[in-house]
This record gives sequence, structure tokens and C-alpha cells, in this order.
Amino acid sequence: MKIKKGYRKERLDRGIKARVDDVFAISSYREIMYLAMPRTLFIIFLLLLPLSGSITGPYWQGVIIITCIIALLTLSWTFMYSVGLISLGHAVFFGIGAYIAGWLSSSLNLSPLITIPLAALSGAVLGALLLYPVLRLRGIYFALITFALPLFMMRLIEATGCLGGTAGLSGLHAFPSRLFASYLVIFVLLFVLFGYLKIMDSDFGLVLRAIRDSDLSVHAAGINVPLFKAQALFIGALPATFAGAFLTHYYRFVGMTAFALEYSIFPITSAVIGGTGLFPGAVLGAFILTPLSESLRAFGTLRIAIYSLLLVLFIVRLPEGLFSFIQKKYFQFERWVPLERKDDNAK
Amino acid sequence: MFESILVYGLVASAILLLISLGFSITFGLSGIANLSYGGIYLSAGYLTWYLINVLQFPLFAAALTSVTLMAILGALIYRILIIRVRGNIMNEVVVTFALGLATMELFRFLGFGGYGFSLPSVASGGIRILGQAIGFQRLLIIGVAILVALLLWYFTRRTKTGLALLGMAQDEYTALSLGIDSDWSATYSCAIGAAITALAAVLIFPLGVIAIDEGYKVLIRMMAVTVLGGLESTKGLVLACIILGYFQVTVSNLASPRWTEAVFLGAILFVLAFRPSGLIGQSKELEERV
Repeated sequence: MKIKKGYRKERLDRGIKARVDDVFAISSYREIMYLAMPRTLFIIFLLLLPLSGSITGPYWQGVIIITCIIALLTLSWTFMYSVGLISLGHAVFFGIGAYIAGWLSSSLNLSPLITIPLAALSGAVLGALLLYPVLRLRGIYFALITFALPLFMMRLIEATGCLGGTAGLSGLHAFPSRLFASYLVIFVLLFVLFGYLKIMDSDFGLVLRAIRDSDLSVHAAGINVPLFKAQALFIGALPATFAGAFLTHYYRFVGMTAFALEYSIFPITSAVIGGTGLFPGAVLGAFILTPLSESLRAFGTLRIAIYSLLLVLFIVRLPEGLFSFIQKKYFQFERWVPLERKDDNAK
Repeated sequence: MFESILVYGLVASAILLLISLGFSITFGLSGIANLSYGGIYLSAGYLTWYLINVLQFPLFAAALTSVTLMAILGALIYRILIIRVRGNIMNEVVVTFALGLATMELFRFLGFGGYGFSLPSVASGGIRILGQAIGFQRLLIIGVAILVALLLWYFTRRTKTGLALLGMAQDEYTALSLGIDSDWSATYSCAIGAAITALAAVLIFPLGVIAIDEGYKVLIRMMAVTVLGGLESTKGLVLACIILGYFQVTVSNLASPRWTEAVFLGAILFVLAFRPSGLIGQSKELEERV
């Protein structure tokens, strides 16, 4: 950044931001627009995306769906993060959802419209139960155990050969159409994004945020911390298990790759790029990272190395993420003001 | 069968001890969970391979060079990256995890790994113990593991620098007020951890080929042992190595080697679920962890 001699940079809230914050009654179209425009534009953008298929072609239609899936995973990761649970193995939720849907579809021959909600719900319950004993632990222990879980699941399926073993389950039921699938995942994404924002604004969300800041204080206030964490885990796991179940039916296949490292590292990278702990940032991160990663597909496994380095770079250089940066520009303005001199005060 | 389990269990335990000492010492001395050691382990292996096969170093010189360079790398990782995120557990874990991942996947992309890559043993041949043939390399691993563990114990309990580092681990603010520099002690602990991990790589890779997945395996193993033994507890660490080592050998003898990986991951899950402070954890540690 250029520094002007004899001046300092000042950052202030824009007038309109101060008005919509302080004056509760919104008095003009301009102010309503200022408040509502970003999210309205985002919703319209999302709803129009699948219709662009005739221009972009089927390949990029698929990319849109994958992007939404990664956005869902990132939202799920961010929700857990905002309760202080750092997951290094989000693939475990993804994989559980994927396998439950695959099993339901292949053995009970159910349609995707039944298996997906069923798999999302039961997968989230299973994930919460699986991690319940660890919830008493703080700090890196949750991270360590979540890192180990997807690998454990993979080995378990490999060693026992159940659920299709190394070959996986294939020939599952498909969605009626690609357009239907796109809109399904987009509506779920919008629902989860605004739902999470709502939850975090509620009293329940207040407790969750307090647990992240200081679980001992919450404990001292007579609140059952593990119970709240377990509920948060269930709510947080839902989008991830849904994503797994959805992708199973989209690819009509589920295999050990459902527990792959990519599904763990993608959400973390997207979250860090967008702004760790911010739900809109999570979606922004996913919408930047996934199309980028699709264009890097030619590099094979180097992609994981690239994401990891990107992750390191962002954490060290821009830890607040892109969304906070944009938010700052939208809400505030900067200007140079002359430095005060001593003789100014003397006068 | 029984003798085989007895002897090879000991070897497996020593391997585990050597692998996990680096991770454990860094965590014990500075509270940094450095998940980049899987990458360091692989880097040390490939560096030694490069020094021996391309630059024609003798084995001992190559080993010494790569251990030294890895110690410097460990210190640099702290000074350049971790120092900026220290104190924020999430960022610490994610940065080191991502760094390790980037290293390993970069090696995979560059086409390393596989049968062309192996390190020579320090000593060939072997003897028979309890009727079981055991190579000198494996005996050497047992010896070095015990030696390193003893040296570390001596260093942290009997030398001035070691006590300073230990003081930092016990109570950062009190140590700071006594004039111990937090950043330098963390740098030391990262360098020592990386050096031990590199030493482990140089000694253990001759038993097989240098494969990328070894890096992931080592990462899981060091976490399993450290979690089982309870962090900061050297006795617990040794005990955990012996338990997991024998368990691993027994399982692969009685059932199938496919199950060994599941054993480690299962051990992490089981211990964290039922004994969060590790096998012989103290109440103080429990308080910090729960």
C-alpha cells in the first residue's frame, strides 16, 4: 500500500450504513436497496445459474452442481467451526451420507427423493453419535480424531469388504433430470445458508458462539456444554451428509472415494479463502475455489498441493478472508487525513 | 508363532517410538501440534536418497546432512509460518496440516515413490534371537529409539536449555517472566522434533521402499501413539508404543496385515472416547484437555 507523507488513512462507516444500523425504521428505497441488494443479487444469480446450460454446455452444468456441493460442505464446516469444533476430516460426514444413500438405494430400491432425506438425517445422527464421546475434549483433540475417522472408515470398508468393498456400489437410481438436480441442490444451499444465519442469530446460536469463546464460562452458567455441542454437530453435519447422499445419486455410484481427502481439504480451503467463520464467506470461497479447481483438473494430484499452499498463504497473509475484505469495502470508506501537528493544538 | 510376535512386536514398538518422539517432543515442549511431520519424514527420505544416489554421498554423511537440513527446515517452518498463527489452535493445525499435505502431494506429482526409491541399510545381515531371524537394521532401530528417548529425557530434565523449554511448556507466562524467550524455545522444539523425525526416516526407510503413503501412515501412527500415551508423558508414550506395537504385530499375524491400519485409527478413537487423558495421564493434563 502506498503511504502518503504527512497523512494517515482513516476508515469510517458509510453514512448509509450508519443510518440503516441505527435508525430502525427504513425510510427510503435507497436504504432498503443497500441492505437487501447483495443477498437478492446472490439469490437471483444462483437461480439463474442452471438456466445458463444452453450457453455453457453440460460440463459446466456439472461444475455448478459440484460447486454447490462444496459450498454445502463448507457451510457445514463453518457451522462446526463457529462452535469451536475444528474438523480436519469432513469427508467422514460426506462419506456416511453417501454410503447410507447408496445402501438404501441398492438394497431397498428406493427412489432418490426418499433416500436423500433419510440418508441426510440418519447420517447426521450417526455422525453426532460417533463423535459424541470426543465432544468433551477441547483444542486439537477433536481435530485429530476427525482427521483419523475418514481414514478409519476407508480401511474398515477395505478390510471387511462390506458395502461393496473396494469396488463400491454402482448402478444406483438417478435423478429425473439434471435441471431438477441443479435446482434441488441450489434450493438446499440457499435454505442452509439463510437457516444457519438465522440459527446463529437466535438464543440457541448465542450459546453456541459462547461455547466457542469460552466453554468453561458456559459450563459455569449451568448449561450442558456437550449436549449443545452434540446438537450443533447434528445440525452441522446435515448439509455434509446431504451432499454425500446427493452426489451418490448424481454419479449413480458410491465408493471409497467418498471418504477421500479432497472432501476434507476442500471445505477448509474454501472457508479460509472466503473468511473463516462467516457463512456467506464460506459460499464465496466455494464459488471461487471449485471452478478454479475444475480448470486445474489436468494437474491431477498436484491440485491438493495447490490448495494446501493456497491455504497456508491465505492464513498467513489474509487471515480474515475475502468476504471480510469485500464487506469492509461495502460498509466503510477510506480517506487520507492530514496528521495533526503539535502547533495545531497549541493554537 | 509366539516367539515371532515377541521379537517383531519389539521391533514394531521401537519403530513407533522413533516415529512419534519428534511429534511428541514438539507438542510437549511448545504445545504446537505440528502435523507437517509426515511431509518432513518423506522429505528426509527423498533427500537422503538424492544425496546418496545422485550426489554420491556416503551413507553416514547423507544421513547427517539430511537430519541437519530437516532440523533447519523445522526451525524455518516455525519462524516463517507458525509464528504468525501461534496461539490460534485452528490456524496452527490447519497451516501445519496443509504444509505436510502439500509436501506429500508435491512428491506424488513429481513422480517420486515406488520401487526405484529405497535407502541402503546401515548394516546387512542379522542374528537369531529366540529362534527368530532379525536383521541388524532392526536391532539398530531398537537401539537408536531407546538412545534417543533417554537422551531426550536427559535433555529436558537435566540440562539448562531443556529445563527452560520444559518450563515454557508448563506455564508460559511464568517462564516469560523468568526471561525465557517463548519464540526461541518453540523454534528449538520444532527443530528437535523435525530432526528426530528425519532420523526416523533415515533408519526406517531401508526396511521398505520410500512410498508417498508412508508419509500419511507415519502421521497417523504418531498421532495414535501420542494420543494413546497422553501428551507430555514420556512414560505413557513408551507404554503406548509397546501396546500398539505388539497389538499391530499380533493382529497382522493372527488376522491379516490389512487390519493394522484400522488398529491404529481404532486406538485413537477408543482412547479419546474413554480415557481422554491417555493411559497414564494426570489430572492436570485432564483439566487442560477437557
